[in-house]
Amino acid sequence: MKHEISFVLNGVEMRVRVAEHLRLIDLLRDELGMTGTKEACGEGECGACTVLVDGRAFNSCLYPVLEIEGKDVVTIEGLRDAENKLSVLQTAFVESGAIQCGFCTPGMIMSAKALLDANPEPSEDEIRDSFQGNLCRCTGYVQIIAAVKQAAQKLKGSS
Amino acid sequence: MSDYRYVGKDIIRPDGPDKAAGKAYYIHDLKRPGMFFGKIKFSDQVHARIINIDISKAEKLPGVKAVITAYNTPKVRIGFLRDNFALKKDKIRQYRDEIAAVAAIDPDIAEEAIDLIQVDYEPLPGIFSPEEALAESTTLIHETDARGRPRKDNMVPVRFRHDSGDLETGKKEAKYTAEGVYSTPLVQQSCMGTAGCIAEFDMNNNLTIWAKTQIPFLAQRDFNQALVAIGLRGKNTRVIVPTLGGGFGSGLDTHAYEYIAILLAFRTGHPVKILYSRDEEFAYLSPRQSSQTKIMQGCDEKGKLTFRSIDVLQDNGAYTSWGATYPSVMMLPATSLYRVPNIHFDSQMVYTNNTYCQAMRGYGNPELSWALENNMDELAEAAGIDPFEFRMLNSNTADETTPMGLKFSTCALKECLKITAGKLNWKEKRGKGKKRGVGMASLLHVGGGARIYRSDASGLILKLDDYGNVYAYHGGVEMGQGLHTVLTSAIAESLGVLPEKVFINPTDTGTCPWDVGTHASRGSFMAGNAAILATQKLRDRIFKMAEEIFPAEVEKNLKKILKKNPDFKPVEFDVKKAARRENFDMKDGFLFIKDAPDEDWLHLELGRFLRAVHFRQQGQMLTTEAFYDPPNELPDWNKGYGNMSATYVFGTQGVEVEVDTETGEIKIVKMVATHDVGRVLNVQGLKGQFYGALAQGIGYAFYEKLESEDGKIQNTNFRDYKIPTIQEMNFPIDLEFIETDDRFGPFGAKGVAEPGLVPTAPAIANAIYDAIGVRIRDLPITPEKILAALKKVP
Repeated sequence: MKHEISFVLNGVEMRVRVAEHLRLIDLLRDELGMTGTKEACGEGECGACTVLVDGRAFNSCLYPVLEIEGKDVVTIEGLRDAENKLSVLQTAFVESGAIQCGFCTPGMIMSAKALLDANPEPSEDEIRDSFQGNLCRCTGYVQIIAAVKQAAQKLKGSS
Repeated sequence: MSDYRYVGKDIIRPDGPDKAAGKAYYIHDLKRPGMFFGKIKFSDQVHARIINIDISKAEKLPGVKAVITAYNTPKVRIGFLRDNFALKKDKIRQYRDEIAAVAAIDPDIAEEAIDLIQVDYEPLPGIFSPEEALAESTTLIHETDARGRPRKDNMVPVRFRHDSGDLETGKKEAKYTAEGVYSTPLVQQSCMGTAGCIAEFDMNNNLTIWAKTQIPFLAQRDFNQALVAIGLRGKNTRVIVPTLGGGFGSGLDTHAYEYIAILLAFRTGHPVKILYSRDEEFAYLSPRQSSQTKIMQGCDEKGKLTFRSIDVLQDNGAYTSWGATYPSVMMLPATSLYRVPNIHFDSQMVYTNNTYCQAMRGYGNPELSWALENNMDELAEAAGIDPFEFRMLNSNTADETTPMGLKFSTCALKECLKITAGKLNWKEKRGKGKKRGVGMASLLHVGGGARIYRSDASGLILKLDDYGNVYAYHGGVEMGQGLHTVLTSAIAESLGVLPEKVFINPTDTGTCPWDVGTHASRGSFMAGNAAILATQKLRDRIFKMAEEIFPAEVEKNLKKILKKNPDFKPVEFDVKKAARRENFDMKDGFLFIKDAPDEDWLHLELGRFLRAVHFRQQGQMLTTEAFYDPPNELPDWNKGYGNMSATYVFGTQGVEVEVDTETGEIKIVKMVATHDVGRVLNVQGLKGQFYGALAQGIGYAFYEKLESEDGKIQNTNFRDYKIPTIQEMNFPIDLEFIETDDRFGPFGAKGVAEPGLVPTAPAIANAIYDAIGVRIRDLPITPEKILAALKKVP
């Protein structure tokens, strides 16, 4: 049975018909073709599918699609600026060597985005806490932490 | 030291921006028009005869396009010893055996159809440990080999041995000895991107497969053999490698799921995608082999090693992958890490009904080094020598040829030991006990390719266009390690163009020259050397043609300047006379004459030069190729002798730990990793390789173990199979790279992909022993094992 839902996706108002059993990640990847959000475990253990819902980081693999009715969803595709350039945070990931295979990267960046939006000057412990649910097999996380610190510094300078 | 423009500098990794934007396409993201979804029915018995497979209900499910089994498809033999099949007939040998497969219009229908397949089995007794496998002669995992010859036992017919010197003499000369048995568990590669592929036939029955592989060209050969098996002799496979999502050795073999996708695509005439879920990845993808290593070493009164005896026993599981050649790499540290005159090394591998294993980063070296470096500390203690001093005393040096015939063109092991000890404050901290301790361990690994086939080569094609762009076609695989970053800087550096003008094409057997595979830490070493060869050819051609083109083109430059500024007075310079091939140079995309005056008009932009060369009658395009095969040897495996790599990497890792004797928890206070890398090609990328490898080493030391019960993997998710999270990686890591400028390495560099995780676990074990006097010989080192061992300490 399909339901119509309305929500905002990366700043654009959406109205879509979806099957009720879908997860948010299925809507994004399979129905809307937005494959930036990755699925690496399907049970909320790895954070590769992290998106923002009303500004907070959620695993889109655990998020029932009907529950996004009326909410504001931001995915990795929504972070680029008006000129289509990488955001300060994304650039910091690139410049800090925080990306290797890149499969965890969109989720990592979305977790970092949620953190920095709420807490522009996080301590290292706060950065670690924000990545509690994000696994990476390539980097050992060191340069990911460096990327968030760099982004926080740059964002502070620009505001 | 060097005046390189891009080598050693942090150029941005070329795939970084797309990955940060979510625009990189992995196998998970790819779709083909008309694509069906494949799903595999795995066995739910561990060792049994197949009595009957009933697919009738699955076939009738709406949306199902094909249901295949070994009974309705041609027999496709696969694997290193051809002892495995795409789909199993008559008998299954492990829980994950592929019984049947479905292609359907969506993944949910495929899954539903799988559940409708009924299999009747007649169970057989199972073998679940190497000891049982060795002892057992009535229950055979494989009754015959691939040629149909009857088998007498469960031994895998792959054995690596080395004996040199005289063991008995070495034992007689030893004043002190230490021995022990050390074991390591099954470990899952845990790529964040799970396994998957898309197989598609064109109307001429040629196959294209998008595969998550590290060996596109060997995979092409494997898949072409499968095409012959299904009646398509003379047809070809094109392997395309999408963005990989991690490899760590899991792409070193072709897998049953890939052949099943091929069979389904051929049956349906549509592209078929098979993608593993995380649960399937843990349960049905081959992990790192477990191992048991029995080792005994001895030294004389002064601490000089007199002998080393090592016997390794490994559980291969039910089928054989390339991973069965782990002992060929184990032989390196076994024979050649530290100087030992009398050596015995032997390895045995047995079939069991456990999950079959494959390659993982380090390829036998972490397993062997776990035993060796623990035992080095035990022997040092027996001899009453500090373990750091003991290692120094027996350290290798440059220009040494080892008992295995390895030739160390460069070797900074002593420096690695000294720097690590210094940074750990070894002298002050060692032996103080009080639940804090320091430990160290070293490593030796291949760093200049690894000749395990007759060819260890890597090809590169470079194509220049009319705009000064350089397109590179290389058969190696970027799996996240930074191969394309290194290749970009190597091309930019040695050709003389800007890195942003270098474009690395996707790895594709249809467009790229042959490469043996991205394994054995060989990617950057090979690609870098191939780049140097290819760019040299291009420069020779460019400089030759410049003799004619350059004077005319810079004349145009000058005219333009004079038109704008009639008062401009160029320095007197006879361009035509100076325009000799040996006088030219190129940097950052501009051609110039080396000793010419430094004036703008005398610099010719490469794009303009190329247009002038191309866009005329009898014009030319500049494309070149190079095929680099390193100066190493295919070892004689009967003797266990040969210089398998052109150069070798060394390193020492040190760690300070604090042990909570109430809970058994270990806290890492500090880690030091000092590695001989030859030359730093990209600081950031190199650090990333080592941080990541250390994290895997930490996982190996403390957390990671696939739990197998009667052949069935129990922990098939990240809740139950723990890899290090950001919270576990919460301690200072002090990396130091030593540049030995190896004469065989590209710009002096050695391969460094694997070494970072090799000595981590034994360094930790040695530190724990220093802290609490307890030695754990069985990985992973869990709090339970620490507590149990503490109880035994008198």
